[in-house]
Amino acid sequence: MAETAIAEAPALAATGGNILQVRNLEAWYGESHILHGIDFDVNAGEVVTLLGRNGAGKTTTLKSIMGIIGKRTGSVKFNNEDIIRTTSDKIARMGIAFCPEERGIFSSLDVRENLLLPPVVRAGGLPLEQIFDLFPNLKERLNSQGTKLSGGEQQMLAIARILRTGASFLMLDEPTEGLAPVIIQQIGHTIARLKKEGFTILLVEQNFRFASTVADRYYVVEHGKIIDGFANADLAANMDKLHTYLGV
Amino acid sequence: MQALYAQLLVGLINGSFYALLSLGLAVIFGMLNIINFAHGALYMMGAFVAYFLLNNDYLSIGYWPALIVAPIVVGIFGMILERTMLQWLTGLDHLYGLLLTFGIALIVQGVFQNYFGSSGLPYAIPDQLKGGMNLGFMFLPVYRGWVVVFSLIVCIATWFLIEKTRLGAYLRAATENPTLVRAFGINVPRMITLTYGLGVGLAALAGVLSAPINQVRPLMGADLIIVVFAVVVIGGMGSIMGSIITGFALGVIEGLTKYFYPEASNTVVFVLMVLVLLVKPTGLTGRAA
Repeated sequence: MAETAIAEAPALAATGGNILQVRNLEAWYGESHILHGIDFDVNAGEVVTLLGRNGAGKTTTLKSIMGIIGKRTGSVKFNNEDIIRTTSDKIARMGIAFCPEERGIFSSLDVRENLLLPPVVRAGGLPLEQIFDLFPNLKERLNSQGTKLSGGEQQMLAIARILRTGASFLMLDEPTEGLAPVIIQQIGHTIARLKKEGFTILLVEQNFRFASTVADRYYVVEHGKIIDGFANADLAANMDKLHTYLGV
Repeated sequence: MQALYAQLLVGLINGSFYALLSLGLAVIFGMLNIINFAHGALYMMGAFVAYFLLNNDYLSIGYWPALIVAPIVVGIFGMILERTMLQWLTGLDHLYGLLLTFGIALIVQGVFQNYFGSSGLPYAIPDQLKGGMNLGFMFLPVYRGWVVVFSLIVCIATWFLIEKTRLGAYLRAATENPTLVRAFGINVPRMITLTYGLGVGLAALAGVLSAPINQVRPLMGADLIIVVFAVVVIGGMGSIMGSIITGFALGVIEGLTKYFYPEASNTVVFVLMVLVLLVKPTGLTGRAA
């Protein structure tokens, strides 16, 4: 991947301090109660990873923050503003961007349209040249149908399109799922670079070996609750516990 | 030969109305997942608004402004329907939307019948479009030529809007995954309302165009909509270009049938529908529901 400098990411992230504060977050899918009181914080400029088994509630946590879970209670503060009752279009316009697990590439749109779909919500997004610099494959396939791309390219497109918008807080749901090791590495480099440029990233991962290459801190989710949290520096000390949590 | 060309022209004109109406139905079905049975009644409302705009002492502004005003007025009526009723059907089975819009159609038609009876009200062809042209092989009434050309332009403009513009990309994306499009910061519920307004506006425009040809009657849409639904079934619900082409093509096929085998002209569309359903149940260009 090319190594030219990326433009200044949104200034917001550079200020440091608490950018996201989640307290006692509960969420329901229809009748089933998925989150039972999630508490955690993300500081500006950090990469924070939610670890946990399938069905633990990681994805639901991201979706609840994004406002796309119908029933949710508790408090989610983004830049000190409570967004628990805010609709997802308004949340996006506050500067939160979401890259879903299934990637959400639109088949009726070509790659260019997919890339340009999310509206710019504030100044400070990456210009297209820098996005192509990060993901050169996309530039060559601009006129392909979105879903004709390989899995890795689709993942890159899904990340690329939210970098344009000026959102400073990115939520990536299992960006490495189902991808070849070399692509995973490329995505790891990208995340590291975005972090260097001041983006704040909340990551959901099952693959903690991958997560350990990019994360500053971890939270472990189980049965819809945060049951543990530690910094990357303490990963080795927590390895045994982690194996028990994740069942690996 | 004269008779063949005349029937072809009639076919193209009917095809224009089929195309405008099935295009609106396709746009509405794509975004709202609703089979809009009120479409015929809204088409009729378009014609009536045009009638008032021509014949009412206070509102009389004529045909040309009505081409813009009637679709807007009826489109706003449609958006009120969407906000107050249709939006609550999101996520339910198609049957609910179909029954609700069918009910709306009956009510609207009933109200108009109550005030205007069932017979047709005449609508004069605007002066600029009166008369005809001798094309050598046939006589072309100017107004009919205008309807075909203008409908074609509107259909292609709508296709362009949906397939080639940024706004259209939002629409197509929201058809696939409204939740995600909303999470990108786009007000999807508002877009859905406007889309319904657009589809309804197209129906009303067809109504205005048809007023000088078919007269203005409360049940004019009820008769037409059955054929239009057959057109939609043949073309498939999912595709914009598909519904335009199928609309015009079936009009022409109907016209040809009138010339070669008049007895079948009222049923040919339905026979085709049955054949298409047997071979390709999603329609010629449609996607699986």
